[in-house]
Amino acid sequence: MSPTKIDVELVVNGQPRRATVEARKTLADTLREDLGLTGTHLACEHGVCGACTVLVDGAAVRSCLMFAVQAAQSTVTTVEGLSSSAGDLSPVQRAFRECHGLQCGFCTPGFIVSVTAFLEENPDPTDEEIRAGISGNLCRCTGYQGIVRAVKRAAELRAPEDSEGVTA
Amino acid sequence: MKPAPFEYFAPQTVDECLSLLAEYGEDAKVLAGGQSLVPMLALRLANPEQLLDINGIGELSGVRRENGSLVLGATTRHVTLERDPEIASAVPLLARVAPHIGHFQIRNRGTIGGSLAHADPAAELPGVARLLDAELDVDGPRGHRRIPVADFFETVFTTTLEADELLTGIRIPLWDPRAGFAVEQVTRRHGDFALVGAMAAVEVSDGRVTRAALCLTGVDAVPVRREEMEQSLIGATAADLDLPGLGAQAVADLSPSNDVHASSAYRKQVGAHLASRALAHAIHEATRGVK
Repeated sequence: MSPTKIDVELVVNGQPRRATVEARKTLADTLREDLGLTGTHLACEHGVCGACTVLVDGAAVRSCLMFAVQAAQSTVTTVEGLSSSAGDLSPVQRAFRECHGLQCGFCTPGFIVSVTAFLEENPDPTDEEIRAGISGNLCRCTGYQGIVRAVKRAAELRAPEDSEGVTA
Repeated sequence: MKPAPFEYFAPQTVDECLSLLAEYGEDAKVLAGGQSLVPMLALRLANPEQLLDINGIGELSGVRRENGSLVLGATTRHVTLERDPEIASAVPLLARVAPHIGHFQIRNRGTIGGSLAHADPAAELPGVARLLDAELDVDGPRGHRRIPVADFFETVFTTTLEADELLTGIRIPLWDPRAGFAVEQVTRRHGDFALVGAMAAVEVSDGRVTRAALCLTGVDAVPVRREEMEQSLIGATAADLDLPGLGAQAVADLSPSNDVHASSAYRKQVGAHLASRALAHAIHEATRGVK
C-alpha cells in the first residue's frame, strides 16, 4: 500500500508554494527535499540543536518539530528569505561575517534565523540576554564568543537612524 | 523521514476529537505543540497509528478568570504565559517560570496542556500546577470531569488521563495579590530541563506566615508537595524561620535518581538549598515594603 499523501499550500519567502507530502514529513524535510531550500540545515532532527530554525508566521520554531501539514496556509521564512532579492546580506548576516560568528557554517542558518527573530523582540539586548537568546542553537566550532559579538554587532547595524539624534 | 507512518487528523472541535479518540483510543496520540511528542516520534519511542492535531481547535485556546481561578485553554502556548499581562497579574508564577521552559523557539510552539499531559517530573509547568493546587478540565465519552492535580500525575510520563479523554484546560486558583512566589532551579545550561527545581508560594500578614506551599521537581517520579511542612509554617514569624533547616527537612525522605547528569546525593543536597532559597525569596516578596 502506498502511503497517503496530502497537498500542502504555504507561502515560503514570499512565494506561494505547494508540496504533496506524507503526514509524517517534517517541515524541515519538506523545505529541503520538496521545495529545494537546502539552506535550512538538519543535524539532530529531534529538537535539540536548532540548525533547522525557521520563522513560521513570524515566530522562530524548530522546523524538525513541525510537520509540513501543520504549516499549511502559513507564511514561512527560511535563511534564504532573509537577504534582499538583490543578494545583499541582512544586518545579522553581515554581523556574523564581520565578527567571525561562524567557522564550518553548518549551524549558521539556524543561528541567523534565531538571532533575526530574537533582535526583532529585543533590539538592544544585554550580554546575558544574548546568551539566553542563542541557548537554543548549538555550535560545535566557535565556542560562541564570536557569535555573541556578532549578535551585539547586528543590534548596532539594525539600530534605527534616529538614534543618531540622541545625545549622550 | 524519521517517524513511522501515521494517519493525520486535524479535528476542529473538541467533540470531533473525542469521537476520533473513541474510535482509535490507545492507538492514537494527541499532538499539541509537539515539542516533546515529535522528538519521541523521531526516535520512534512513540509509534501511534493516528495523530490527532488539536492546534486548530479554537475552544482549546484562550485565557479567562472564573470563580477565583485563572482558566487556561490546553493549547495556550508558553510564549503567551511569558507575555500576557493578564496571566502575569493573575498568576505571577506562570509568567516567572515561562522563560525557564526550553528555549524561545520551543516556547513559540509548546503548550501548557501538552506539558501537563506529557508529565515530565523535571518540567516547570507540572510543578506550578502542583504547587498552586490546579485542577485539570478533561472531556471524554463519559462526559466532563475535573481532576485535582494531586490525582493527575501518576508517575514519570504517566497521568490518570484515559486513552479516550482529552485535557481541555487548566484552572489555577488565584492567591492573594500580596503573596510572594519564587522558582529556583539548577540546570546544566539555560533552557535545559532542571536537575532539580523548587517553587514556593507564601502569604504573610503582620509578619506571620498565613499560607505557604512548597513543591520540588526533578527529585521524584512526580512533582513533590511538602504539605506537612507547609502546615507547620502557618502562624510562624516569617523573619525567624530556620530556612536551611526547612530546606534539609524538605528533602529528608526523598531518594532522587542517579544518572549521568547528577548523583542522587547531589540532587538531594541541591534540592535542600533550592527549597530554602525558594522559601526565602517568596517570603521576601510577600513582605516587600513591610518593615
